[in-house]
Amino acid sequence: MEILVCVKRVPDAAENEIVVEGGALRADDLVYSVNEWDNYAVEEAIQIVEREGGSVTVVTVGDGDSEEVLRREMAMGANQGLLLSDPAFAGADGLGLATILAAAVRKGTYDLVLTGALADDGAAQVGGMLAALLDWPFASLVNSIEVKGGLLRVGREIEGGTQEVSEIDLPCVLSIQTGINEPRYVGLRGIRKVASVELPVLDAAALGVAPPPARVRRVDYFVPPAGAGADMLTGTTAELAGQLVGLLKAKGGLK
Amino acid sequence: MDNVFAFLAHAGGRLDDSALELLGAARALFPGAAPIALAAGSGASLDAACQEAAASFAEVWKFDQEALAYPNAELLRPLLARVLPPGAIVLLPHSTLGMDLGPGLSVKLGAAYLPDVVDGAAAAGTTLEAVRQEFGGQVSSHVACDLSAGAVVTLRSGAFKADASRSAAGRVVDRSAEAAGLTARRRFLERVQAEAGDIDITREEVLVSVGRGIGDKENIALVEELAEAMGAALCCSRPIVDAKWLEKPRQVGTSGQTVKPKVYLALGISGSFQHLGGIKGNPFLVAVNKNPKAPIFQAASVGIVADLLELVPELTERIRKG
Ligand SMILES: Cc1cc2nc3c(=O)[nH]c(=O)nc-3n(C[C@H](O)[C@H](O)[C@H](O)COP(=O)(O)OP(=O)(O)OC[C@H]3O[C@@H](n4cnc5c(N)ncnc54)[C@H](O)[C@@H]3O)c2cc1C
Repeated sequence: MEILVCVKRVPDAAENEIVVEGGALRADDLVYSVNEWDNYAVEEAIQIVEREGGSVTVVTVGDGDSEEVLRREMAMGANQGLLLSDPAFAGADGLGLATILAAAVRKGTYDLVLTGALADDGAAQVGGMLAALLDWPFASLVNSIEVKGGLLRVGREIEGGTQEVSEIDLPCVLSIQTGINEPRYVGLRGIRKVASVELPVLDAAALGVAPPPARVRRVDYFVPPAGAGADMLTGTTAELAGQLVGLLKAKGGLK
Repeated sequence: MDNVFAFLAHAGGRLDDSALELLGAARALFPGAAPIALAAGSGASLDAACQEAAASFAEVWKFDQEALAYPNAELLRPLLARVLPPGAIVLLPHSTLGMDLGPGLSVKLGAAYLPDVVDGAAAAGTTLEAVRQEFGGQVSSHVACDLSAGAVVTLRSGAFKADASRSAAGRVVDRSAEAAGLTARRRFLERVQAEAGDIDITREEVLVSVGRGIGDKENIALVEELAEAMGAALCCSRPIVDAKWLEKPRQVGTSGQTVKPKVYLALGISGSFQHLGGIKGNPFLVAVNKNPKAPIFQAASVGIVADLLELVPELTERIRKG
């Protein structure tokens, strides 16, 4: 099975506080990493190839800095990386990204394309749009995949912990939900091993594509005004614990 | 404006709560529009849902086909692309179905895609200005959506007030024939219910809930001890289950359990809407988070900015001492 996995370099919201200044994110505060959902997609692709044979290619749309996420996923076990980079790609919206990725898919011979279900700074849209552009079937929020002959048996996670099971024809696009597997640990050794591998870069001319003008545009970032808000307790750790025990007692939180 | 449509989710002959929220949103964002409801399904259950919808929408388009008995986005997408007029504005719930259907539908319609809207102002001309959230709710953004070629908009559950006026004596228009002959390359097989665990957190009055802020598997013992000292049940956010540090039946949220406790102690949880969506009944919510700007403090009754790894052992000890 030839699998293409779309990955993205995003500001890591779990690791750093996102600060808004004058309607924009304060850039020098941001620490970047691979979008959380994408690691699950790459792990799943690697596991499928370990069972079924084939190869895993990771692809991203971005500038030179995005190389680091491709290398990280290759250190994890992806066989190839592919960087789609062109000044004309800057500012592409979801449809723009999907258009660029679709051009890359058409350049290869893939049986399966995986994306993360969502990106921290995204909108859970690229996978579904990519499938529609390619006219391939799609399933979102996939949390199990079984290869069965020429098709896949996939589970989608729907509300309330219920799983929806379907069969889907190949080739197809799936967006992967967290928890489908345990992404393997990437050690320094692995990173070093792929540090000097050449990464092919395709630009707009090589892909033969120009992303359409964005129809959804971010005007600004803002921090929502605090609502009713919480009563904030202050003090030393001991004082905080003391106050909290009192409150929990009063509210029936201690038995 | 007569090109605003609301896609109605329904099951067992009843409309989903999202249906009247879409109507409320349509009225707020597109004043003067006469939103048309779209209902797909099969048989008596669909008929009942259409009847209910007709009390609220002036017009309900009914698509009755055996194949649509289960809401499969791979069938609904070509159906909607077939029946909607150019320039249509389609409102969908930002549910797992909306997320499955919406992005590709916007491509098929040649329309803009505006997902997971939490607020917005009435559309001005061909621009809709809406509010979205990013980074798990840490920051919001204003986005401008160009409506000139239509749009697919998904709305977050609870963001818009349901229009419960039931002021329409609407008509149901049977357009089932247009839904004939749909085939999909993804075929629904079955639904599997979440496995029941040895604990039912939905019945507990006091919950200690732990999130990714716990940092390490070894630290789970700290919150277990606290829960035990409090006589509370231990539950968690999704990453804790993904990492297999606790079992799935302990996950609170839209893709986990819905709980209705009296007291909810949230430790190292950022407060994403998918997590908060599982907490009902307005409990006394205490949030402990080291980030003073964590969105959970917007929802909490009492907030503490602290490192939970320091506070929790201290708290456990105090409770044990009585
Ligand atoms: C379709 C879908 C369904 C989902 N369903 C669910 C669901 O049912 N339930 C759910 O929970 N999530 C769900 N999610 C995931 C959700 O979007 C969030 O990713 C998740 O809730 C985040 O969990 P968290 O708050 O534990 O982690 P994070 O967002 O990473 O937050 C960790 C917090 O801990 C704080 N922290 C770190 N260290 C410490 C410390 N030492 N002391 C104190 N605080 C600390 C940080 O400041 C941060 O605020 C779903 C997502 C999708 C796309």
